[in-house]
This record gives sequence, C-alpha cells and structure tokens, in this order.
Amino acid sequence: MALTDLTAEQSITAIAAGRTSSEDLVRAHLERVEHDDWNNFLAVNREAALARAREIDAMPQRPPLAGVPIAIKDALSTRDLTTTAGSRILEGFRPIYTATCVARLEAAGAVVIGKTNMDEFAMGSSCENSAYGPSLNPWDTTRVPGGSSGGSASAVAARQAPWSLGSDTGGSIRQPAALCGIVGVKPTYGAVSRYGLIAFASSLDQVGPFARTVRDAALLLQSMVGRDPMDTTSLDWPDPIVLPTAGRLDGVRVGVIEELMGEGIEPGVRAACRAALRRVESLGGTVVPIELPHASYGLATYYLIAPAECSANLARFDGIRYGRRAEATDDLLEHYERTRGEGFGPEVKRRIMLGTFALSSGYYDAYYGQAQRVRTLIVRDFAAAFAEVDVLASPTSPTVAFRLGERTADPLSMYLSDVCTIPVSLAGLPSLSIPCGLSDGLPVGLQLAGPAFSENRLFDVAHALEAAIGFDPSPPGVTA
Amino acid sequence: MSSDAWEAVIGIEIHAQLLTRTKMFCGCALSFGDPPNTHTCPVCLAHPGALPVVNREAIRLAIVAGHALGCEIAERSVFARKNYFYPDLPKAYQISQYDQPICGPGCFRFLTEDGEKTLGITRAHLEEDAAKLLHLGGEGRRANAEGSVVDFNRGGTPLLEIVTEPELHNGPDAASFLKQLRQTLVHLGITDGNMEQGSMRADANISVRPVGATGLGTKTELKNMNSFTYLERGIAAEVDRQIAILEAGGTITQQTLHYEPSTGHITSLRSKEEAHDYRYFPEPDLEPVVPDRAWVEELRAALPELPIDRRERWIREYGLTFEDAEVLSEPVQLGDYFEQVAALAPPKSTANWVRGELRALLRDRGQEPWESRVSPAALAEIITLVESREISMPSAKAVLGHVVEHGGLPREVVAALGLGAIQDEPALVAIVEQLLADNPVQAQQMREGKDKLIGFFVGQAMKATQGRADPARISELVRERAGAG
Ligand SMILES: [Zn+2]
Repeated sequence: MALTDLTAEQSITAIAAGRTSSEDLVRAHLERVEHDDWNNFLAVNREAALARAREIDAMPQRPPLAGVPIAIKDALSTRDLTTTAGSRILEGFRPIYTATCVARLEAAGAVVIGKTNMDEFAMGSSCENSAYGPSLNPWDTTRVPGGSSGGSASAVAARQAPWSLGSDTGGSIRQPAALCGIVGVKPTYGAVSRYGLIAFASSLDQVGPFARTVRDAALLLQSMVGRDPMDTTSLDWPDPIVLPTAGRLDGVRVGVIEELMGEGIEPGVRAACRAALRRVESLGGTVVPIELPHASYGLATYYLIAPAECSANLARFDGIRYGRRAEATDDLLEHYERTRGEGFGPEVKRRIMLGTFALSSGYYDAYYGQAQRVRTLIVRDFAAAFAEVDVLASPTSPTVAFRLGERTADPLSMYLSDVCTIPVSLAGLPSLSIPCGLSDGLPVGLQLAGPAFSENRLFDVAHALEAAIGFDPSPPGVTA
Repeated sequence: MSSDAWEAVIGIEIHAQLLTRTKMFCGCALSFGDPPNTHTCPVCLAHPGALPVVNREAIRLAIVAGHALGCEIAERSVFARKNYFYPDLPKAYQISQYDQPICGPGCFRFLTEDGEKTLGITRAHLEEDAAKLLHLGGEGRRANAEGSVVDFNRGGTPLLEIVTEPELHNGPDAASFLKQLRQTLVHLGITDGNMEQGSMRADANISVRPVGATGLGTKTELKNMNSFTYLERGIAAEVDRQIAILEAGGTITQQTLHYEPSTGHITSLRSKEEAHDYRYFPEPDLEPVVPDRAWVEELRAALPELPIDRRERWIREYGLTFEDAEVLSEPVQLGDYFEQVAALAPPKSTANWVRGELRALLRDRGQEPWESRVSPAALAEIITLVESREISMPSAKAVLGHVVEHGGLPREVVAALGLGAIQDEPALVAIVEQLLADNPVQAQQMREGKDKLIGFFVGQAMKATQGRADPARISELVRERAGAG
C-alpha cells in the first residue's frame, strides 16, 4: 500500500509504530501535488512543509496529529503562503496572519502542504468560477469536482492529501464531497472559528473537514472546534468530538426530507439514497418521512441573504492596501471601478450586484428583510422536525458530477446544485455528506443533518452507515 | 417679514471619541500623534478574513454617557454595516448602529443665563471612526493634491454619536448646550473632548419656519464645526441665509453644507440627490449587545455628581454668580480645586481668589492651580489670614506669590518674611502722627474737607510699613488724629 493511500488515522498509527515518518508522508503527498493532473493546488508549501515535518519527527513527544499532511482551501488566510480565494484580485497576496482553525491544526501537528483551488470567493458549485481554471473530478476528468471547495475535495479523492479543509456557505463542502465520493462535514454554525476565513456570507460561512473516512473527518474537527476570542460568533463547545465506533443504529430515528427525494433529483441519485436508507433499517434504525414546508423557499432566501452579505464583505477589495491594483488613474471612482472590474469574475460581480440591490433603500424590506423572515420559518421547520427524529436524510446533490461547461451559461441551473444543502445552512445546523454508492460510475452523496451540536450523533450514524455501505473511495485509475 | 417673523429650529449631532485604551473592534492601542500606521492589525486594516470583536469598555462608556443624558439603555442593541467606498474606510463599510442604538430617548439639562433649559436626546450609538487621510501638496486640499496617503492609527477609534431633537432655536443656546454636553462627557471620563484635534465634532441640522408654525421647514446640515464659536456663528449665518431665501420667495434645498470660519461663507458639500444610499444591514459578524441589567444599574448608581448639578449647588449653597460657576466648572480639575479650597475658606472669597489672583499669578508660569505648588489648604489659609485681618491684602498677595514660587506653608511664609499685620496700636499711632507732622499742607487741606487726601496718608503709611498695616485701621487713625490735631 502506498503512503498516499493511508487514511490519516492509519498514518498516525504507522508513524507511532515507526513504520514511516512525517517527512516521508509529506514528501509522498507533495509528489502527487506537484504532478497535479486535476489543477487542485494554487500554492504548494514544499520547503516549509518538509521543514515542519522534520521538526515534528524530531519531537520526543509527538502532537496528536503526528505530522500528517493536510491541504487547505485557498479561502483560509495562511501567513506568508499565497492566499487568493480563487480570485484575480488577490493574485500573489501573502497574508500577514494565519486563520485560527489552521493555526489550531498546525499546533495539533498537521502539516500544511498547499492551498487548494476553489470557485472565486467560494461562489459557485463546480470550481469553474476559479480565476485559475477549474479543478477536475478524479472520477472523470471531463467532469467538475463540485464547489466551491472543489480543489479540497478532489485533492483528497485523488490521494494528494489524506484530508483537507473546506468552507461551506450553502453546500460548498458537502456537494463537492458528494461529487468526489468522499466525506465532507459542515459543522454547526459557530463550531469552528471564522477568523481568517475570507468571508463570503458571514452568517452562513463555516469551515469543515474533508476526509476519506468518517473517523478521519471527526478527528480533524476534534482539533478545530471551540470558542475563539477573535470570532465572537464562535461557540463554546459543549462535549468534545469523539471518534465514532457505532456499528448499529438501534433506536435511531431517521427522517427523510420528502421534498428532496422527488422531482429534480436524478433517478440514480434517488436510488442510491433509498438503498442507503434501507441499510438504516437493517442496522436497527427507523426511517420516517418528514416535511419541511418552507425548505422549497431555501434557494430564493439564500440568494438574497448570501449576496447581500457578500456585497459588503467583498467591498474591502479595492487594491489600495493589498491585492491586485489596476493601472494608476487620477480619479478615485475610476480606480475602484477598474480594480474591481478587472479583479472580479462574472459570478462574483453578479452576486455583488444582486446583494447591493437587495439592500438598497426602498427594496430592503421586500428582499433582504423578507429573506430573513423566511429564514426564521426554515429554522422553525427544522426545530419541529427534530422533535420527531434524530437525524434528517436527503441526497446531498440532486445529480452526480456534471460535465465541465454544462451549466456555466445558466447560473440558475448551477444554483440548483445546492438545493438540498442550502436549507440546512440557513438553519445553521451541522450536516455531512457520505458516499452511498455510484450512479453511472459516479459517486452519489447522502446528506445527514442534525440539531445544533449533534456532531457526535451524526458521526455515529455516518460511521455505521459507511461500514454497512462499504463504498470504495478510489476513483478508477487514480490509486497508485 | 422681518427676521423676527421667523423661528429657527436646530438639532445637533455630536461625535465623541471614547477614552478607551484600545480600538472599537480590535486590540490596537489608541494614540494621538504617534508615527503613522504604527497601531494597526489585520482587523483595523480590513485584511481578508479578519473579524471585529466589540470593546467592552466602549460599551461601558456608552452606557455611562446614556445615564448622564437621561437615556433609556437598550436591552438589546445591534451593530449594523453602513456601506460606502472611501480610502479612509478600509472595509468599505463602517460598523455603526442603525435602528437599534445602545441609548434610546433621553433629555439633557443645561444652564443658560436665563436659567436651566432642557434638550431632548433622540439617541446615542456606538461606531468606529475612519482613518485619517492626508493630502500631499495643493495646500492639503484633496482637489489640488498631488497624492493622498492614509494613516490607519485613528481608524477604528470608538465613537459615540449623540443625536438631539430639533428643539434649539438659536446659536448661543446651541453653543451653551454643546459646551455643557462636552463638559459632562469629559467630567465622566467618556471623551477628552478636544475639539481642535477632532476628538469631538458637531454637526447642526437647521431649518426655519414662520413664528407660530408647528411644522418643520426643509433642513440643511452644517458639517463639522470644531469650536463653540464656529457653531454659534455658523448657525447664525445659515439661519440668515435661509430667511433671506424664503423672504425672496425661494425654497430651501435639502443639502449638506460647510461653514468656512475665516470668511463666514457657507458652501454646499452635496445635495440630497448626491446623498449616499448606505444600505444599512445588521452586522453578521457581531452578536447583539445585551448588557447585563444589574451592571447597567450599577453604572447608574455609580454616576458622580454631574457638572450641571454641581454648578447649581454652587449657586444655591455658595452664593456664586452664574458666571462664577461657569468659569470655575471648566475644566473639571479647576472645579475640584475650587471645592477643596471652599471646604476650608469662605466660598465666595475663594471663588474670587481662584478666578482672580491665583490664575493671574499662574498664567505667567503656564501652570494650572491643581498642578501648582499652591495646595488647596495653602490657599484656604491665605484667605483665612486675610479674613481675620492677620495679614493685609497686599501681604496676602505677596505670600501667595511666594508660595507659587517656592511652596511652603503660608503662616510660616508670613513669619519668615515678616509680613504679619502690625497689630501694635501705639506703633501705628506713632506712624500716623509722624506722617501728619511731615506733611502739614496735606493735613490742613484734609481737615478743610479734602477727603481724598485720606488715601494719600494711607498710601504713605502702607509704604512706611511695607504693606503690613491694615489700611482700614490706618484710615480710621488718620481721621481720628487729624481731627484731634
Ligand atoms: Zn487593529
């Protein structure tokens, strides 16, 4: 077995047993990163990663993550390591500080090997909005890896890293995890500090792990959660994340979101999800249909709230203090227009315009205000559902990975990729995606969601299902 | 119609920088005059991914200010983003408060020569200050500048914005209000109130209407007046301008104006059509502010005596005039000094000494009473010595001069310099008789009714005693002895 085929947990065990070292592991993964067939990396941290690996190898007492390599979405600020958020406007930008979650992982012994490709400012569902070209799906390189954290998902599927960090605003971890056949977790809003996460929509953004096993994902989240004084929306974490061991689902009540199992969902996706739900029953759980009456307004609600917040969040990119600046002009307004006109891609501009309009005087109440009211209704729908069931299940994405270019001409069809994941995001709840089978040879993701702080329960259910399903997360032709 | 036919309606907006140790949303120190861009961090430079954290001390100061302004302290207030592009605003939005400010309606009392007046406070809210733009060349004006640079040291300084009801009707009242508001905020340690350095700034909303009308005319906003005098003059100029337009049959255009103190001219900065749409929305990076009610009440209970209450007490209990009270109350250290002296000596005399002789002596030395060598106890002792006629007024001034210079206890100074009043009656009689004998012409004229010459003899006696005699007693002796002679 190649070092790059090891899970993170296996790597830690192998290092502890002296069968390998952090340096060897880092080197093996860097090798694959530098022969990147999928355009997954925007920056490679070769020298610093190797130096850090050697440092950890020399420690008498290894930190818990033992020097296992990790890839980081380029939306996270990393000191001295180029961070672009997939945008031209941050071309070559080297931050002066490191995001809290990355700093925590580094302190726990993870070694950052590079920064992964993404839709510009996390806006997109295919990675095609990256200013640096799309990442490709390791299962079929004519298809997208999903997005916006496409590079992080593809890199883990392609064995360039055993695990990685993504960020999820409306599905940006779960949907690419589904399309790349791996595990992706969007924690409870506030679980992981957002300090250093380049903001898209502040009230929705949340950092989370990608991995090839549920236990690896849990292990990574374990080292990141908890209150950060630099992010006042971060939460004191009640119980530590524990690695799941469950094999049975006795007594677990799983609700199926019926609105997300019918029209608009590909038959192959539906079939794989139904099969997974039958496994729930065979493991001792019960499956009941659940209605979320307002979930169908989720997409419209999201496309007012997220653009509104992004219109303000992205206003700081003006080329004055950092980032790319357009050719000098004498006029201030012209400076802003040129710098931002050249620096932002079309989808980012579209959302800034949408959000600016939604917040405009005279329209605020009809758009942003109304969206906030619907958001409250969606939150209540989930609260009512979780009075009846422990976990909600649905497909993660309505389709398997689609072809490059298939949806770029039609933004609405692209937005529909997140129809299953957005309602959970609006409610700020934890959810994850696990691979539950193939449809036409491409992975299908099952989304599980729970009430706030139910990460441990979600990991348990996902772990039991993962074992029962026995999905092989090896894209054909990728494994060494 | 004459200008008597019109009534001005004025409301004031005040921005006061808070005296916190650090900025509103990050840990950078507040500073004035440090080298540019030495107090910055990812948060106040708006680097990608940085987030604001509310300064709890700023919340405390806002609540204390709210109590002093008689405001309701909101159970829950919300920060909001105010969006606009400008190089002094690195996030391109200012974190402010919009529809849910920390301080709700209140009422501020202030003193004028006509007595106490009140002004409704609409609200007070917290926000962050912008950075400082410096224009290079072109006399520092943006339009002619060769280039502009930004100093982010000031960016993110906590500000309290106080908005009053449009209930003032003239410039002098507006100036009185602002002076006393400033005094109150400084007294409570909320701001240093330095208007020249811009740590306190005022805008005025001005409209006029026919006397007796109840509706409001179209208002204009006069921006950034950085002194009480300019505020008063600016308001007068703008009221005159509006009345002139209305009397000529014109209409007032809603706009933002600048008053140029050097010329007295008012110019337009922007019209309503050019006004920004700030697209306010709740700041998603910050939780609402929900101050603990017990803490809010604790702060209310701990509020010290307010300047207006102090001044009213001085007038009521010490018999000071409105003017005495006004002069002595500013700055607050002077008021404290005055009170310490007045506790040991007659307050009215104390007021005269502090306002008069003491400040005059110290002014030459560039000192203030509370930082001088004249302790409140020393001044009180000098005043007491004069009141009990143990020293003469000229001696008292000499003693004070000595204490200002060298310090020391007044009684000891009196003894050391031999300044004690000559209590030896036969000695005084001898001096007076000698003077009458030495100046027979003047003595004769005085006897013939030229009373003015009593002063001449008193002056001579003071000279002879080096000021140690009691002039009143000398005067009595001169009459007595001259008459007897
Ligand atoms: Zn700072």
